[in-house]
Amino acid sequence: MVERWASGLRGYGLIVAMWIRATMVYRTSFIINTLGNFLVTGLDFVALLLMFSHIHALGGFGLPEIALLYGATCSSFGLADLLLGNADRIGQRVRDGSFDILLLRPVPVLAQAAADRFAPRRLGRIVQGLLVLGWGISRVDVNWTIGKALFTVVMVISGAAIFSAVFIAGAAFQFWAAEASEVSNSFTYGGCTLLQYPPTVFARELVRGVTFVVPLAFVNWLPALRLLGREDPLGLPGWVSCCGPLVAVAALTAAGLIWRAGLRSYRSTGS
Amino acid sequence: MREDQAAFIELHEVCKVFEVHRRTGLLRRERREVRAVDGLSFTVPRGEMVGYIGPNGAGKSTTVKMLTGILTPSSGRLRVAGIDPSRERTRLARRIGVVFGQRTTLWWDLPLGDSFALVRRMYRIPDARYHVNLERCVQLLDLGGLLEVPVRQLSLGQRMRGDIAAALLHDPDVLYLDEPTIGLDVVSKAKVREVLRKVNAEQGTTVLLTTHDLTDIEQLCKRVMVIDQGRLVYDGALAGLHAVGESERMLVVDLEREFPPIEDLPGARPVRVEGPRQWLAFPAGQSAAPLVAALAERYPLADLSVREPDIEQVIARMYGSAP
Repeated sequence: MVERWASGLRGYGLIVAMWIRATMVYRTSFIINTLGNFLVTGLDFVALLLMFSHIHALGGFGLPEIALLYGATCSSFGLADLLLGNADRIGQRVRDGSFDILLLRPVPVLAQAAADRFAPRRLGRIVQGLLVLGWGISRVDVNWTIGKALFTVVMVISGAAIFSAVFIAGAAFQFWAAEASEVSNSFTYGGCTLLQYPPTVFARELVRGVTFVVPLAFVNWLPALRLLGREDPLGLPGWVSCCGPLVAVAALTAAGLIWRAGLRSYRSTGS
Repeated sequence: MREDQAAFIELHEVCKVFEVHRRTGLLRRERREVRAVDGLSFTVPRGEMVGYIGPNGAGKSTTVKMLTGILTPSSGRLRVAGIDPSRERTRLARRIGVVFGQRTTLWWDLPLGDSFALVRRMYRIPDARYHVNLERCVQLLDLGGLLEVPVRQLSLGQRMRGDIAAALLHDPDVLYLDEPTIGLDVVSKAKVREVLRKVNAEQGTTVLLTTHDLTDIEQLCKRVMVIDQGRLVYDGALAGLHAVGESERMLVVDLEREFPPIEDLPGARPVRVEGPRQWLAFPAGQSAAPLVAALAERYPLADLSVREPDIEQVIARMYGSAP
């Protein structure tokens, strides 16, 4: 088990390092692409800014608070997208048959799939998210302590882990339905957009869904509500909002199991 | 781990059944079982070079996929170098090399040399070993000027040579080649065959070769296995296959002017005449040389060529069914 993990991480590192080197051959192109990624993903925040030129609060949240939510989810999602975002090309590989090639190499398939065409330009989204998060933190009405700062860091990291789990599960479903990448996109990219807004603007059923079914609420909603000292719309006990890391571990474990089941199904059907 | 020299690759009653769904109505589906490989048993000793042939859809690729651990057999026992491929796919991966003629195992966007460097790290090839092997592959396969070129810019022949090099860098004990000469020109084909012969002779690499080109088999393999509809239908020497299949080669001659069909040549019969060009069929087991000599004595020859029977024809003749 430990050996597999080590082998996976090592293989992942090798492939990623090679793609970074390949990208850096065209340095200007890398800079332009990263800048482009920064600007395009930042348009979502510009939309929020435009909205706030007409209103003062959205679902009871002011602009700095929204910036905190937005920055946290963007940073988490950006990290997961950078590290695992290409795993959803699995479906295409299954369809054109090139997936078999991954099975021939002595490196765990998930590591290869995740590292495939690693795109450093996706740093753009992370930088953008972190900038907005920083601005939000500096403006919200919160008494910052070391504890709260650490809580924020843990929030971003476990958020990234939760998004990663969704990416892995989404990729795994493509073993059964090779065309399913759009469905998983609605949870990853769609989830990221959802979490940019406060939970109070959505229907309770939706909030319940992203809390208990696909645990996206633990990416930023629940922990950020605690940071901001607000009630959560579902009225859950306070300790729930601290469960981010546990939820992340559980989600990753579940995603890993789904991936294994998917891979096993592929290897016995050869679809 | 026991490694039986006499049975380096070993299959015993291996089956692979696929379930195929066919939509028959809006919601109704018909389920059908397809037995791609149906009770296949054979062994290949270490160091042997075997041709594995059969018509399209006979189960060749499915067999290779099971031997590499990509697919799990539905039933039966399968071992490669003492390893059960589907259970220990990653461990086996270090000991086998695979070349697909129709699909590259290299990284499309990377220069060939970078692909090799990545293979080196993935397979943990020791430095000294890697440099010796790379040097040898570059020399044998004429890759000197190509290491800086991205794989997608390589011609088919160059890419194939690159793929073969990548499959050999980690000194595999077994090499599977699926149509390694498909689409290549004569020079590239000859090069590929020469390299395979060398690797087999010098390194003792066990080679399983899938091909549609009987010349590949003729020049490389003493033993050939024929699979049809998932079953092994022939296992032996190529000459024997020709005898069983009563296959014929074709001598195509261009005479200096038109002649009536050449009937007076022992062992050959005319099958087609088109102006000064005639097609003469003769048994595949027979040498073409005396035929050509006899022909040149009696007729003014302008040009000639010999065409090999293709596998579909040989197998079709074996079973009397149309291809």
